[in-house]
Amino acid sequence: MASSIRVRATSNGDITEVQALIQHPMDTGLVKNPAGELIPAHYIQQLKFEWNGKDVFVADWGTAVSKDPYVKFSFKGASKGDDLKISWTDNKGASDTTTAKIA
Amino acid sequence: MTTTSGPLATRRLILQGAASVALLGLGNLPFAPAHAAANDKYPEEAFKQKNEADAIKALYGRNAEPSDKVKLDAPEIAENGGVVPVSVTTTLDKVSSISFFVSENPFALAASYKIAEGTIPGVANRLKMAKTTKLVAIVEADGKLYSATKEVKVTVGGCGG
Repeated sequence: MASSIRVRATSNGDITEVQALIQHPMDTGLVKNPAGELIPAHYIQQLKFEWNGKDVFVADWGTAVSKDPYVKFSFKGASKGDDLKISWTDNKGASDTTTAKIA
Repeated sequence: MTTTSGPLATRRLILQGAASVALLGLGNLPFAPAHAAANDKYPEEAFKQKNEADAIKALYGRNAEPSDKVKLDAPEIAENGGVVPVSVTTTLDKVSSISFFVSENPFALAASYKIAEGTIPGVANRLKMAKTTKLVAIVEADGKLYSATKEVKVTVGGCGG
């Protein structure tokens, strides 16, 4: 299966800008399906970006983060060609991990 | 409205158990509550709080002061409350976390980001808003809390035009 995580990490020499888009329903647990049944909560709780063995950015998310979440941030220190590891876990214990090369 | 998930309840019990064990272990040390923002754990309790004040208390344990050094960017009118682009930048130094609170949502805390040293203090993301609401961003810098607030009008079911 293709990764649920799409990342673009680009370095301008000093600063690396990271944009990530993740496929996830981010169900709040408050919405009913057409049959009138509550759709159980299903959302990413933690998303980590790791570079050089260190968490450079950690997102803790609740149900109010939009479906197919997007996040953007920047950090210093990395060079082109470095690996950036991205991983998430959701409230049902599912997870996904991918590694992106900084371009 | 209620989270009826069994595993979550179990996890809460385990966490509470772990917390009391930790407290016992501390013995006579001065009482220092370990707030979620200070460590790596997912701040489960803070995300369960319905109103913003309780959520801020659960996450940080203290209040924030408004600051013009926190720049909160969000649309004045959001046509689709399901996807509202929101971002924060700040000129403050030593930022360790940035959090977003949507006052009128069923649960106020939307997202909380831990900023490592060397990471630029700023983040852009997309949040859900149930209705027209106050949006609060809190930046934790050098152990202090600074906030910025913005009102976002949500046009429910509106598609512009």
